[in-house]
Amino acid sequence: MNKWTRRAFLSTGVIAGTGLVVGVAMRPGNRAQDLKGLVAGDGETLVHAYVKIDADNIVTAIIPHSEMGQGIHTSLAQMVADELDADWDLVRVEEAPAIGEYANYAVGKGFLFPGAKFPNIIAPSVDGTLMRVADALNLQITGGSGSIRFTGQLGSRVAGAATKQLLVQAAAQEWQVPESEIKTEKSHLIHTSSSRREPYSAFAVAASMMKPSYTPTLKTSDQFEIMGKHVERFDIPSKVDGTAQFASDVRLPNMLYATVTRSPVFGGSLIGTKDQAARAIEGVVDVVELPPIQSGDMIGAFAAGESVAVIAEGYWPAIQGLKALEIEWDNAGNDSISSEKIFARFDDAITSGQGRETDSVVGNAEDGFENATKVITADYRVPYLAHTCMEPLNATAEVKDGRCEIWVGCQNPLGFRQAVADALGFDTENVTLHNQFMGGGFGRKSRPDYAIQAALVAQHAGRPVQLIWSREEDVRQDFYRPAVQSRFRAALDNDGNPVAWENTYVDKNEPIEAPLIPYAIPAQNIGYVSSPTHVPFGAWRSVDHSQHGFFTESFIDEVAVAAGKDPYQYRASLLKEHPRHLAVLKKAADEAQWGRPLGEGKGRGISLQESFGTLVAQVVEATVVDGEISVDRVVAVVDAGFAISPDGITAQVESAIIYGLTAALYGEITIENGAVVQSNFHDYESVRMDKAPLIETHIINSGNAIGGAGEPGTPGIAPALANAVFDATGIRVRNLPLNQFNLRFGVEEAGLTG
Amino acid sequence: MAVLIVNGTRAEIEVDPSTPLLWVLREKLALTGTKFGCGIAQCGACTVHLNGSPIRSCSTPISAVDGKEITTIEGLAPSATELHPLQTAWIEHQVPQCGYCQSGQLMSAAALLANNPNPNDADIDSAMKGNICRCGMYGRIRQAIKTTASYYEVAGVSAAATESLEVSGE
Repeated sequence: MNKWTRRAFLSTGVIAGTGLVVGVAMRPGNRAQDLKGLVAGDGETLVHAYVKIDADNIVTAIIPHSEMGQGIHTSLAQMVADELDADWDLVRVEEAPAIGEYANYAVGKGFLFPGAKFPNIIAPSVDGTLMRVADALNLQITGGSGSIRFTGQLGSRVAGAATKQLLVQAAAQEWQVPESEIKTEKSHLIHTSSSRREPYSAFAVAASMMKPSYTPTLKTSDQFEIMGKHVERFDIPSKVDGTAQFASDVRLPNMLYATVTRSPVFGGSLIGTKDQAARAIEGVVDVVELPPIQSGDMIGAFAAGESVAVIAEGYWPAIQGLKALEIEWDNAGNDSISSEKIFARFDDAITSGQGRETDSVVGNAEDGFENATKVITADYRVPYLAHTCMEPLNATAEVKDGRCEIWVGCQNPLGFRQAVADALGFDTENVTLHNQFMGGGFGRKSRPDYAIQAALVAQHAGRPVQLIWSREEDVRQDFYRPAVQSRFRAALDNDGNPVAWENTYVDKNEPIEAPLIPYAIPAQNIGYVSSPTHVPFGAWRSVDHSQHGFFTESFIDEVAVAAGKDPYQYRASLLKEHPRHLAVLKKAADEAQWGRPLGEGKGRGISLQESFGTLVAQVVEATVVDGEISVDRVVAVVDAGFAISPDGITAQVESAIIYGLTAALYGEITIENGAVVQSNFHDYESVRMDKAPLIETHIINSGNAIGGAGEPGTPGIAPALANAVFDATGIRVRNLPLNQFNLRFGVEEAGLTG
Repeated sequence: MAVLIVNGTRAEIEVDPSTPLLWVLREKLALTGTKFGCGIAQCGACTVHLNGSPIRSCSTPISAVDGKEITTIEGLAPSATELHPLQTAWIEHQVPQCGYCQSGQLMSAAALLANNPNPNDADIDSAMKGNICRCGMYGRIRQAIKTTASYYEVAGVSAAATESLEVSGE
């Protein structure tokens, strides 16, 4: 399996590798002139690549990001509209097409040069060059909680402000007045002394002929009128009446349906298929063996073996046909691998320390352990996790006359388009991709395997085909959140202060800072060993933070307990150098009334996690009765610098907590005989209405650089809950999911080394 | 051949009698608001009403609903220009995220309120726990149901009346 490679992009190697030299001029002028034929409809003027204005003065914000439920179309439109001084009631939104011209250079800029401020003189060159790099890398990714902090801050706001500037220039020329005398308000241009007031639409065409600034003056937060305010999401009305179109809702004339399966044992290859029984089923049209598939895409790289698809008049005969197939797979020697063996190998790798690399070395940890009054150790483990997006993977394709048209919900339309073109042997421009609303994404829909399969099946069928995965296939052919083991050792001095922190875990991915801790511990040695498995893995909401958040925020709790201190106060005492962290933690404790007596069988736990530029602290109150955990209340405090969409970030925190809570309570993909045991929601459970806690979210607008929103709420729920379970029961849970601890352990230490 | 009355319209369907209602709605009648989520009646995304009661259409063979009245999300609103009160509350509380499960959530909630216009938390748990939302919007769904119930209370709507309001959409 290819390693998940976003890290490669983040490293500066990409800059050197693509010859990006800041200062080499590539000043693209007004790109809108080249793009208007692609995105501007009748009566619409594309004034800026991201902004259209029509004859009725409707402003349409063009959004180079996919909508998977995070509300990004609305939030980014707020950023365009506010800088543009648009009338929000006249703002609409449209997703950018999957074409190279809409490759997302701002995301590249945000990842490559975090926080960098380029001098005005070179900013156009930097943006122009990044645009070329993003295009070359097929970068149109929605992930890494990057849409607002990168595209919004570096792209959408700039587009809004630059467009406003162009409109003012155009009006100033027409009216023969100085630009400085023209005001903008609610999508109108106003010259008070001559009593002129015209809608933006009156100057849209003239403005579109001018070259936009790359460095317009942006508003300060006290000038915001739409950013930071509650607005209703554009997509919600269509999501309450059944009209929202997801990829599986596409209906084409003459369309067939198909379903598919790959080797249950990862890495397996196809020996042969007996399909007589399947073909005998009424409605089954064909059975097709698909070749191995892969993508070398920067974001969605993967390789998988052959698959077998059944094409039919409907999904029902297709799935009946698939069940009737007798498929023989070569299991590539992987059929004796189990989760137990994988964890045994992880344990060996950590113990041997062979090839250990370090993330962070501060002071001398060995000295700390030698002089310690008390040393504590612990091993933590988390299992593989599937994404189980609500919408099973699907795509609809039509291949004819050397062209492919594909409808899919995905997190990287350009990357998918390239992967489909490569699989079909077509030139990129002969593939047209129509991105649809995603029924959940969570990282899974950055891998184009399902789109490639759909294209190959449609090519074979010679008719449009909608390929729909069964839920069973979705659970068993995922790119999983990796299983991970992490070993800790901490040294305490006479007063219970931590003097050394040592951590070794298995396998590093992204983000690189995920295992680091904010606490003032004078000696730290954090590192990792490698122990690759045959299980495909990928980005899962919050990526490596999802495991390290649980590990580090549980172990610091153990250290506090070993020191005989209150876990909140102990953390706070170690955060004196981090006032922003401390403020978030303190607010969570205050809002939850930390220390308030709880009843019998109840406990509370706390966690603090920085991820994707955002801080989240959580306090969980839980009840444990007869080994049954119920999560009563979650208080979350989020500091994303500034909340562009306060209800949006609140909803994301709620969502991220429930997603993480599902994993904490139930989430476990088990490998037996080289394959996944679980198959559907009956054995891969999800939090439901009756188990969902009351979540109280509080926002801090600290004024720091804007952070992400979609993922930062996920990492902290598992440790806060496990810490609450410890508080309630005295049982320290070091393995997830929690629902197994009573069954599996039921002893004082629900972990490996207790 | 099966005969269905879907959202008040009669439809004759030529299909294998074991075919689940879900696929007839989605593929034969192009009523794509009802979603496929699991295929085994575990997630609720496919929830529709059969003679007013919520059923999982992914696991209901067409032969079992022959001649019966089906309401889907497309038929929940009383008319083309009005929303069902639950739909209004869903917008007010900004409930959906990805939105994929919401047709099923709304159909389960509508059936709950039709029988019990003033549900308590336990009633809501019981009626809604068959519907998974992977975006985790349970708190908002609960609030939106309560908002709708309070609207009914203010309007003095009885259980029977909400039922007829429900039926009027069919």
